[in-house]
Amino acid sequence: MATLDSKVPKGELKDKWTTYKDKINLVNPANKRNIDIIVIGTGLAGGSAAATLAGLGYNVKAFAYQDSPRRAHSIAAQGGINASKNYPNDGDSDYRLFYDTIKGGDYRSREANVYRLAEVSGNIIDQCVSQGVPFARDYGGTLDNRSFGGVLVSRTFYAKGQTGQQLLLGAYSAMNRQIARGKITMHNRHEMLDVVVVDGKARGIIARNLVTGEIERHSAHAVVVASGGYGNVYYLSTNAMGSNATAAWKIHKKGAYFANPCFTQIHPTCIPRSGDYQSKLTLMSESLRNDGRIWVPKKLEDVHAIREGKLKPTQIPEEDRDYYLERRYPAFGNLVPRDVASRAAKERCDAGYGVNKTGEAVYLDFKTAIERYGKEQALLHGETNASKERIIELGEKVIEEKYGNLFQMYEKIVAENPYKTPMMIYPATHYTMGGVWVDYNLMTTVPGLYCIGEANFSDHGANRLGASALMQGLADGYFVLPYTIGDYLANEIRTGEIPTNTKEFDEAEKAVKERLDFFINNNGTHSVDYFHKKLGKVMWDKVGLARNAKNLKEAIQEIREIREDFWKNVKVTGTLNEFNQELEKAGRVADFLELAELFAKDALERNESCGGHFREEYQTPEGEALRDDEHYAYVAAWEYTGEPSKAVLHKEPLKFEFVELKTRSYK
Amino acid sequence: MDLTLKIWRQKSPDSKGKMVDYKVTDISEHMSFLEMMDVLNEQLVAKNEEPVAFDHDCREGICGMCSMYINGEAHGPDRGITTCQLHMRMFNDGDTITIEPFRANAFPVVKDLVVDRTSFEKIQQAGGFISVNTMGRTTDANNILISKHDADEAMDAATCIGCGACVATCKNSSAMLFVSAKVSQFALLPQGRVEAADRVLNMIKQMDEEGFGNCTNTGACEVECPKGISLTNIARLNREYLKASL
Repeated sequence: MATLDSKVPKGELKDKWTTYKDKINLVNPANKRNIDIIVIGTGLAGGSAAATLAGLGYNVKAFAYQDSPRRAHSIAAQGGINASKNYPNDGDSDYRLFYDTIKGGDYRSREANVYRLAEVSGNIIDQCVSQGVPFARDYGGTLDNRSFGGVLVSRTFYAKGQTGQQLLLGAYSAMNRQIARGKITMHNRHEMLDVVVVDGKARGIIARNLVTGEIERHSAHAVVVASGGYGNVYYLSTNAMGSNATAAWKIHKKGAYFANPCFTQIHPTCIPRSGDYQSKLTLMSESLRNDGRIWVPKKLEDVHAIREGKLKPTQIPEEDRDYYLERRYPAFGNLVPRDVASRAAKERCDAGYGVNKTGEAVYLDFKTAIERYGKEQALLHGETNASKERIIELGEKVIEEKYGNLFQMYEKIVAENPYKTPMMIYPATHYTMGGVWVDYNLMTTVPGLYCIGEANFSDHGANRLGASALMQGLADGYFVLPYTIGDYLANEIRTGEIPTNTKEFDEAEKAVKERLDFFINNNGTHSVDYFHKKLGKVMWDKVGLARNAKNLKEAIQEIREIREDFWKNVKVTGTLNEFNQELEKAGRVADFLELAELFAKDALERNESCGGHFREEYQTPEGEALRDDEHYAYVAAWEYTGEPSKAVLHKEPLKFEFVELKTRSYK
Repeated sequence: MDLTLKIWRQKSPDSKGKMVDYKVTDISEHMSFLEMMDVLNEQLVAKNEEPVAFDHDCREGICGMCSMYINGEAHGPDRGITTCQLHMRMFNDGDTITIEPFRANAFPVVKDLVVDRTSFEKIQQAGGFISVNTMGRTTDANNILISKHDADEAMDAATCIGCGACVATCKNSSAMLFVSAKVSQFALLPQGRVEAADRVLNMIKQMDEEGFGNCTNTGACEVECPKGISLTNIARLNREYLKASL
């Protein structure tokens, strides 16, 4: 089995990537034409990688389960993308972006990877602008910035509340250019169901054509998995309905180690659940915390009156409101990192201050910002005697310009006007920092098998900062993988085309077909969703915002029981050789049911609190996360040995040579 | 609320489809339309019947996957939203709701309410990009100054989600609003000007080859567009096309 070598180059932090790039192997242009690369997923990471690899001259075969690469869930990212451009001249630098990311991740990420991310971040903005991404601009024509959680500078570039959409459409357009040139063969509505390993190297995949049901073999000299995170293990999350862990989990079962599965991000500002029929949760961008203030009533009687509909939030006077983030964290206020904000919301709601019927909601209020902007606009318009109504009118216009689509989205879902009454929000699963273990080259423990974007574990430690997911996806795809993959492929120039009529492909295809046959023929009693919902409840209740050993042990047991029940009693309607959405879901949920157990096992193993992983046994008297650097400053990389309970732990020690390990403080 | 649903059922692209009636009960007004469809599908699976196939993914109005024609309107009776953002509070107890796929020659039905929008992909591949390589070494982003007005207008055009509501709504099944959104985005930005002529000619040529109809300025597309893409973009497309053709 593979050993855990992170392959971080030696030298000064600032020189590592530059020096490394100068020395790695290259593939000459004529040889690139003879090399095939498979890319699974076409979001920001996969889309940018596919376009760039094709642009370099490789033959790319790209796969997406949707009907177009443009529909990958990166499209839903709202707020922005970080880059250390320092355009506002507010003291930003590569080092600060690096430092904020390491600190925000609670010192559980790899220094060299994070520094490289900061180093290429500026390039991403240049690249996207030349692609025609319409970022927000100031009146002078230069790019505008805003601020996100966990930082003290404005380094976030944005395109209204649709930054992910615009960046993804940029990558999509770059893909289209390569599809037109024949350098990318695009397989829409295809799902990868296994990776094929030949002589220890990744050599291809088995995929299902989701329209015809046909099982297909595809070969390549390298396979890149960019299939996103596993947040849907909670059933309810801000992920798309189809977002799944199947590609990542399948490669794990074929030898790729899975790292830090318990590091999951619960985002503080999502629209609360309204009932049991709920199919997904909707995020309200973190950018709203630039202008929105989070609060709950100070008095329990006000809370009860609100729940009974006898009192409106706008009727509660200032002195009776508890702006609890500003109270607890005066330095960062409403812009503390996501894990801190989520836990603080849970703390207030657990104490009985939740403001909706379920008791699971807090207010996000824009009144102060509307008044502030309104006054500023009135002055700019020369209206020195503007009435209160006029000021609010002007202020609302500014808010609309900044967040209009988010406010509209909220109003459509909740049927309340957030300009007039505060939004209600509550934490929800959003992002997974954990994922497939990769070395500095973004290669997994299987040679020739790469993993990029949210699907890998590398850059965000135990908590991701806002606007950093887009940055990482594009950094991996545009600027990192295209270099590092060449180092591996330089040894493949004599290999020639990989045949698909070999026993390895036969075996992989047989296993895939057997599993699909099982689902269709099982004729069980319960739908796939029934099991997925049960799993989600266990995960949220016992492996969610706050965890403890007792609950985790119970969760492991319950997950096993659900999994056994699933394999006995799952019912999948329809047939194999047709468009069959129930069959698609069955495979995904089967994989979640295994991943969930490893997730809980990892959470149980990590006897400390850090970032999004909060163990109730390990906290300070003030209720803050208590890290244990002496025993847990490592990446937990799990090796699959037959079933999740038997996974073997490999530790990659995290060495901090360039930053000092500190207790994270946002006070 | 209790509802009667009349839904288009079609087994496969070449089989014949028909409308089938279903009943759903106890639907909450807070449900989204697709959650109501989930309830129906759970019922069907419980009865060993095949659930209704429909496209959906993000369920927050941005991926462009969902595509139902509800009571004769693309994305249903509300404005400025996709089907996944439509909520049951728009309907009343006892209503009969008709649900069909987006219909156009260029969007053949795959199954039930799922259609094939590959024709949109082909149009984008014909010219919906700026020909820059993606390995960096471009100019610094702030070296390209763009007026806020133009940047905002380009952004408004760029918010198209490629759902196809414009085509489904248009009596001619025209894709002009879709094409004009991409052409406009790049026509408004200095980066896109260099190859503007080739882009518009190639995209329009592809649009015609895919079998979309012509624009007769009815404006229904703008009304039903979930992202409010303006008809002005079609005017700009026509101007760009004329300039490129002369």
